[in-house]
Formats: sequence, structure tokens, C-alpha cells
Amino acid sequence: MPELALDIRNLHAVIEEKEVLKGIDLEVPKGEIHVIMGPNGSGKTTLAHTLMGHPRYTVTQGEACLFGEDLLSLKVHERARKGLFLAYQYPVEVPGVTLSHFLWNACQAGRSGADGNGKKNPKEILAFRKRLNAALESLKMPADFAMRHLNVGASGGEKKRVEIAQMQMLTPRMVIMDEIDSGLDIDSTKVVAEGIRSLKGSEFTALIITHYPRILEYLQPDRVHVMAAGKVLCSRGMELARELEQKGYDWILKEFNVV
Amino acid sequence: MNAKTTSALDLDQSKYNFIDPESAVYRSARGLTRETVIDISRQKKEPDWMTDARLRAYEVFLGKPMPRWGGDLSEMDFDAYTYYIKPSDKREDRWEDVPENIRKTFDRLGIPEAERKFLAGVGAQYESEMVYHSIHEDLAKKGVIFLDTDSGLREFPVLFREHFASLVPPEDNKFAALNTACWSGGSFIYVPKGVKLDIPLQAYFRINSENMGQFERTIIIADEGAQLHYIEGCTAPQYSTKSLHTGVIEIFVKRGAKVRYTTIQNWAHNIYNLVTQRAIAYEGATMEWVDGNMGSRLTMKYPSIYLVGEHARGTILSIAFATNDQHQDAGAKIIHKAPNTSSTITSKSISKGAGRTSYRGLLKVAKGATGVKASVKCDALMLDPESRSDTYPTMEIDEDKVAIAHEATVGKISDEQVFYLMSRGLSESDATAMIVQGFIEPFAKELPMEYAIELNRLIQLEMEGAVG
Ligand SMILES: Nc1ncnc2c1ncn2[C@@H]1O[C@H](COP(=O)(O)OP(=O)(O)OP(=O)(O)O)[C@@H](O)[C@H]1O
Ligand SMILES: [Mg+2]
Repeated sequence: MPELALDIRNLHAVIEEKEVLKGIDLEVPKGEIHVIMGPNGSGKTTLAHTLMGHPRYTVTQGEACLFGEDLLSLKVHERARKGLFLAYQYPVEVPGVTLSHFLWNACQAGRSGADGNGKKNPKEILAFRKRLNAALESLKMPADFAMRHLNVGASGGEKKRVEIAQMQMLTPRMVIMDEIDSGLDIDSTKVVAEGIRSLKGSEFTALIITHYPRILEYLQPDRVHVMAAGKVLCSRGMELARELEQKGYDWILKEFNVV
Repeated sequence: MNAKTTSALDLDQSKYNFIDPESAVYRSARGLTRETVIDISRQKKEPDWMTDARLRAYEVFLGKPMPRWGGDLSEMDFDAYTYYIKPSDKREDRWEDVPENIRKTFDRLGIPEAERKFLAGVGAQYESEMVYHSIHEDLAKKGVIFLDTDSGLREFPVLFREHFASLVPPEDNKFAALNTACWSGGSFIYVPKGVKLDIPLQAYFRINSENMGQFERTIIIADEGAQLHYIEGCTAPQYSTKSLHTGVIEIFVKRGAKVRYTTIQNWAHNIYNLVTQRAIAYEGATMEWVDGNMGSRLTMKYPSIYLVGEHARGTILSIAFATNDQHQDAGAKIIHKAPNTSSTITSKSISKGAGRTSYRGLLKVAKGATGVKASVKCDALMLDPESRSDTYPTMEIDEDKVAIAHEATVGKISDEQVFYLMSRGLSESDATAMIVQGFIEPFAKELPMEYAIELNRLIQLEMEGAVG
């Protein structure tokens, strides 16, 4: 049995008294790239937020483990420090906080023992700046983005690239990307896909939520899962993504008796 | 800037919470009478006109009722205070000559270090008197005056008398009258025509005694085309009874001159801080108040600017931070009296726990002041359900040809922002602190870097333990 990065069993979650996740079962082995597709409103974002620990969602049943450790009992920042990262469908704006300042503190916080307030060591700061500049450059972002306030006034595509830059800086072990390719033009999709591909390897596991197979052609995922009405219907290879692109969801919903 | 300099400007209250043994060379009798006022004036060997001015102000003080608006002053007992404490016999201009116990206090606060590092001049007031004043030699050669206000009266009597109480007369308000009656210390600054100071002057105010009233009087005159930045910092240890700080600041910004006055008040949480700050800006002049109110039990402070010459500009940028036992009643007043003048007011307030902030503002445009541009922006952030924030903006616009913008927001910390930051590994208190720091960034970015860093650190401290 390969080690599982993510192991979800019979996960149920409610928001505002409405059950949105109705028994999710999902396994993502370490080092693989998996995909979730599914109609609007099927619960994909809810699954991502629930795994990250968003306070609005309440888990009512089931389990979720990250590298064999229980995830659901941890606070949000503890999940992050265990190596879980969520790239958001709609990243939040934080006025007055520069990307650089935020990421510096986030990188410090991720380290064992550090509390995010440690005295700054000039050498470390220099190394951090170099890494951040390199990350921004690889995503074809101007270097001055580091000094801009977090997501404030950024275009949709820029926000998505800032998410990837954060991911590169924080070097997570398990990444969930919620529609990272939505709203991106053709060139930007390529840039973002390259950014993800550069991290590919035995220490990098990803779960990519998307509506489009284009980004998947770059990433060559190991497995494609289809979600509908709060459940995972089936899990197959990359050919499933192409089939869904051509035929839509109707046939598969019928096959599994989902209305 | 090294760590030592930073400590000079440290905003962490706990660091200031030490008490020196009493060693005053003179204390007036407790309470305020006509005799006390005469006594203060005699101790200072003042000219008769000043003794008379004090006595007249004392009568005005007695005649004025306590303000019923603003904060709760009902527990204030004027008889309980000592109005004048002389900590040493003279004001020194060499640090080595300041009495050892006082020197130690300021050493602990890091004052002389700060001076050596990045200031053009430093003053230090302990209780009622400035115990130390110094200015860089080359500035003195250019005719820059940076003295304690008592020396200003002695050494530059004509210049002094021309300006003293001309902008804030005792009739202005009860506490301005009180200050005029028993003022002591403060800074007296004159920058000659065309002289531009590119590094700041700083004064530091310390109250050590219990039940003490500190009444510094500051007069700043920037002659035509001059420029200066003055920074003021204040602390006091925590006592069980409330001390009183009542300053008056008068600033004259002549044609084409520019003055920035930065205050960071971090008094202990049982000090009444009731200050009158007023500036007048002539043709083409620029006045900027950068006003940070962190400490005190109650602050009532509304820096004001009279724009009396064409194209004069005024900026008031302030933050107020109130926790459990505090009420920050702060604001801004701008009076446009000439055409084509412009102003901006930006006020940011944060209330935490049962803390209370109020914004009290006035924007006035006089008839005939055409082409005025003004904007007022007040943002309040409340961290807890029991926090309180109020806004009392007043606008008196007596001219039609003006452009006025006004915006006010009241908000809570956004859960979505906290979640977003936490999902990158920040603890809840660090995430909250970061959002608060972002909220006051428009203020913090105007501070000298050391102050900005310390301000952020203080917010970090305030947030720890605030959230579970
Ligand atoms: N705050 C909320 N209050 C009530 N219902 C909600 C809330 N958030 C999500 N839902 C509901 O939960 C269901 C799943 O939403 P979710 O955002 O997870 O879908 P999704 O699969 O990500 O869709 P999309 O492809 O459009 O992004 C939807 O029916 C949605 O209306
Ligand atoms: Mg979604």
C-alpha cells in the first residue's frame, strides 16, 4: 500500500443547516496529482474549505487524515503547518498588508518553534527576498508585486498567480487547488501550470479542482474523480476528463442514478 | 537602526511601568489656588506680564464649567493634584549634568541613544520641568532655536510674547485655561526663514509622581519657507490614582513653510490626557498632524488647523486604540478661511474588549473661501461584541464653490480574512494582529520606521491572549 497523503472516509458536512457533503470517500496517494471535476454546486469548494477547517462548515460524520494524522481535530493554522495548502477559488483581499510581509510571517510560522515574531536575521531576509523575487518572476509577475497589498486591486488572473507564488514559498506537502485555472487567459494558464509542474515530485501531492481539461494536459494527472450532489461518483484516468469535456455530465449522472 | 534605538521609542507599556524614588527639589502645595499660581510664577522668576497672564487664566479656569460632552470627567478632583514639581535646579544641555536618578530613567527609556542616532535635537521633560535640551551645533548656527519653553520666555521675550496664547487663549476651553495658569516646560522652537531641517526634533515627556498634573506648553514657529518635523512621546507609570496631563501646543506655519508634528501618546491607563493642539497655516504653508493615541484612561484631543492663507494645506492623520478601561475621544478640526485651501482628515480607530473610541470632528469652510478641497475619512474597527465606537462629524460649509468628500466606515474583523491568513500558518492572534496592522497602515507608513515597528509590535502584544 502506498502512503496516503489524503485519506477521506464517509465525510459529511453542513453549512447553514444544509448538508452539502454527503459521505465523501477519497484517497490521494503521496506524490500523485488527482483531479476533481463536477457540476456547479456539487460541493467541490465545500470539500476544500472543510479540509482546511473553515469555521462556517461543520463536519457531522466521517474522517479525514493527512499523511495518516487526523486532520479534523486540528485548528486551521495547525493544518497549514502540517503541510496542507489551499489555493482559493476566490482569494481574499487584506488591505494594508504587503504580500512580502505576510509571506515572511507565514514562512516563519511554518517552522517548528518559531512563532512568527522571531527577530529578523538580515541574511535570512535576503534569502527570502531572493526566493520571492524568483517565484514572482517565474510566474511572470513584476517584482513590485511583493510590496503590493495582499490581493488588493489585483485582477482575477493576478490573484491566482499570487496563490501559486504563496504555494511555492510555503513548500506544502499536500495542495488543494480550487479552480486555479478559472478566469486565466491561455498564456496565464500555461504559466500557472508550469508553476505547479515545477513542484511535481515524490514530495508533492495535489488535488486539483477544475472545470477544464486544458490545464490537465500540462499536468498529466494520475486520477480524475467526479463529484456530484455531495459525493464522489467515480474515479478514473485522464481520459475521463476529455470525455466530460466532449459530452458534459448528463451521461455520467444517469449512469450513477443522480438527478 | 539598532535594537537600542528602537527601545527609545518602545511602546510596550510594561517597560514604562517603573517608579523612581521621589527626589524633587520643590513641590507646590496640593490643589490649585491663586497662591499656587503666584508661587509657580515666582519659582520661575517670571516677568510680571506672565504672572498676570497666569492669574487671568486662573480666573477663566474657575469661571468655566467642566465640559459635559466627550468623556467622563466626573471623577476628576482638581484638589487632589500637585500642580508643580521641580525635579532639579536647572535645565542641562549636557547629558552628564542631568541628575543621576533622572538620567537613569531616561537611559532606561533610551532617550540619549535615540538622539545620537537620528535626531536633530532632543528635549526631555520630567514632571514639570524640561531637564535636558540639546540641539545639533550646525542647526544652532543657522539660528534654529530649540529650547524648553521657560528658557524661551527668558531668552527670547519679544518673540515669545508675540506668540504665547495668541492661538489658544485661555478662554478657548477650561483645560487650556488651566494650562495657561500653571504651564511649565514644553518646547519652544523657532526655525528661521528658508531653513529646512531634514531630520526630526524630538521631545519626551515623563510623569513619575502620583497625582501629578503635567502642563507643558509648546510653541513652534516656522518662519517663511522653513521646514521641520517635531516628534513627541509620552509615558508614565501606572498608579492607583489618576494623574492629569494637560498640554497646550501652538504652531505657527508662516508663508510657504511646512511643519509636521508627530505624537505617540502611550500614557499609563489611568492618566487623563486632555490636550489642546492648534496650528495656523499662512499662504502656501503646509501643516500636518500625525497623532497616535494609545494610552491613557481618557483622551480628549482634537488637533486643529486654521488655513488662513491662500493655497495653504492641512493634513490630520490619527489613530486611536482603546482597550478595556479606556476611552479615546479623539478627532480633528480644520477651518478653511481662505480660498483654494485644501485639507485631508484620516482617522482610524480600533476598540477592543470594552474599549471605546469616539471620533469628534469639525470641518468648516468660511464664506468666501472658494475653491476649497477637503476630504474626511473615518474608519472604525471593533474587535469584540462589547466594543464601542461612535462618530460625531460636524460640517459647517458656508461657501458653495467647494469640493468636499466624506466617508465613514465601521467594521468588524472579517472572518474570511482571518481564515485566509490562518490557512497560511498564522495563529489566530497573529492573523488578527496582521489585519489590524493593515487597517492602520495609512498611519504607520507616515511614522519614522522605528516607531512604525514598535507600533506594530504593540498591536501584536495587545492581540495575544485576546483570542482563544
Ligand atoms: N454560505 C452558504 N450558505 C448556504 N449554502 C451554501 C453556502 N456555501 C455553499 N452553499 C451551497 O453548497 C452547495 C455547494 O457549493 P460549493 O461552492 O461547494 O459548490 P462547487 O462544487 O464548488 O461549485 P462551483 O463549481 O460553482 O464552484 C451549493 O448548493 C451552495 O449553494
Ligand atoms: Mg467552487
